[in-house]
Amino acid sequence: MTNNTVYIALQNNEEARPIIEAIEQDNRDATIEHFPAMVKIDAPGQLVIKRETVEELIGRDWDPQEIHINLISISGNVDETEDAFRLERLR
Amino acid sequence: MSNAKRMNLREKYQRLTRDLGWEPSYQDKSAIYPQAEFEGIKIHDWSKWEDPFRLTMDAYWKYQAEKERKLYSIIDAFAQNNGQLNVTDARYINALKLFLTGVSPLEYAAHRGFAMAGRQFPGVGAQVACQMQSIDELRHVQTQIHTIAQYNKYFNGFHDWQHMHDRVWYLSVPKSFFDDAMSAGPFEFVTAISFSFEYVLTNLLFMPFMSGAAYNGDMATVTFGFSAQSDESRHMTLGLEVIKFMLEQDPDNVPIVQKWIDKWFWRGYRLLSLVSMMMDYMLPKRVMSWQEAWEMYFEQNGGALFDDLERYGIRKPKYWEVSVKEKKRLSHEVWSVFYNYGHAAAFHSWLPDESEMAWLSEKYPETFDKYYRPRFEYWAEQHARGNRYYNDSLPQLCQTCQIPMAFTEPDDPTTICYRSSEYQGERYHFCSDGCKDIFDDEPEKYVQAWLPVHQIYQGNCGGASVPEVLEWYHLVHGQDNLDYRDSQDYANWMRWKGLAEEAEETLAKAANE
Repeated sequence: MTNNTVYIALQNNEEARPIIEAIEQDNRDATIEHFPAMVKIDAPGQLVIKRETVEELIGRDWDPQEIHINLISISGNVDETEDAFRLERLR
Repeated sequence: MSNAKRMNLREKYQRLTRDLGWEPSYQDKSAIYPQAEFEGIKIHDWSKWEDPFRLTMDAYWKYQAEKERKLYSIIDAFAQNNGQLNVTDARYINALKLFLTGVSPLEYAAHRGFAMAGRQFPGVGAQVACQMQSIDELRHVQTQIHTIAQYNKYFNGFHDWQHMHDRVWYLSVPKSFFDDAMSAGPFEFVTAISFSFEYVLTNLLFMPFMSGAAYNGDMATVTFGFSAQSDESRHMTLGLEVIKFMLEQDPDNVPIVQKWIDKWFWRGYRLLSLVSMMMDYMLPKRVMSWQEAWEMYFEQNGGALFDDLERYGIRKPKYWEVSVKEKKRLSHEVWSVFYNYGHAAAFHSWLPDESEMAWLSEKYPETFDKYYRPRFEYWAEQHARGNRYYNDSLPQLCQTCQIPMAFTEPDDPTTICYRSSEYQGERYHFCSDGCKDIFDDEPEKYVQAWLPVHQIYQGNCGGASVPEVLEWYHLVHGQDNLDYRDSQDYANWMRWKGLAEEAEETLAKAANE
């Protein structure tokens, strides 16, 4: 069995919470784990953060590049556009 | 201009990078980029370089400035409310001493290394990514120096970290790692640091350890740690991109890259053994064991990464299975070394108390009670009788990783692992097959290693006695070293916590010894 998990880790703070909620909404297979000060989200194959979902949750414009402010770490290949921040495996 | 269509992210980034690249007309390209070819890496088309993060300069400054504002507001708050008194226990600060004196100079080395690598890459995407990373690393060392400044007011051991980095025996382990990378070519440097170290291994340092810092009340450290690691996400992406790029450009690059992955995985893994003891022994409140962290971040996450790279003909790093075999004993073996040499370190050492031993037994049911508990109990008994054990003989060091040769055989935790090679009539010693292979591949490089023990014996370190060497290190005997329970740090902590009587007794006892 091959392992194709990707992950993202975000700081556990006010700004990251709606991003985490957006990830939950758009990635049904994601597993969210809480550690002190940190939230780690694993998902099989790919994980996407959509601009639109975050904007709906926070009620203002949101640029996916804002993710840098509360991001801790990632695993997977990054694909970044104006509308989404995506992590994926090559297969 | 106002009528022009707004450029999308890709186009904006294209303008920043590709438009910076021009063909030289009056200089030969190989004279401008003299290091581009000597490693044997063949690049046919730099325009195939993909930029996964498309940060333009304006966005870069904007987000980095915001990170800085957040970071310094927390560091200021920490200083203003005497945050150093709110950590779980002053013993915790010793993990921080090791981190700040071991890692901060590496951040500065990374700043220099990426500035040099960026200058040497003929492709603009790679140049810009290296330039941003170089600036990031300078930011990291600055934030860590500000954190050192705060802790240095209250605790021993932080006073001369830069001087110590060049001299103290265990700091030669991280120093030699970066010196090795910086004296390689640009492609190997980026493979070593961005890929093998940052992508594959630093999560072990910045995730469970920083989370542990938060758990122990150290908001200054967790904040600079997470702020630094958010840059690491870009750095890891650079590391992965450079690997994929080299592999896609020419099949001849595959064996070269594989050899670098093998080498730098093993060197990084040996360096991380310091982190294993920080997690298992130095955090008063623990988040997870080294073994759990290794399973989560290396076996699972690293496993997925190497499955990804299989399509290019890359396999898992050589000897990764040894790291898996060692996960049940690494931290215990390394902490034992520091307990032995606690009189020559710039931080304090101690034995785990009964509740900590219970935690270690639970986390390491197959190894702790069988191999390590009896040893610690014996040392505790000796300490109770006034015979705190310090090892006065100097250890054999591994010629490659420079760690004392205390690691055991992959399949036998009761036998020290010992390997050696002969080169030009001299015999060189290694802690593992991984370190021996690295030496055998480039002996002319590693025979030049500055090994602390050899240097002491050659009379290059201030003298032959421990006090002379400590003075040469700028380490104050009786303040910066020895057992935590006999230290000023402990006595001060008790005083600050309103337990002055016990503190005075400790100081008096230490003064009499």
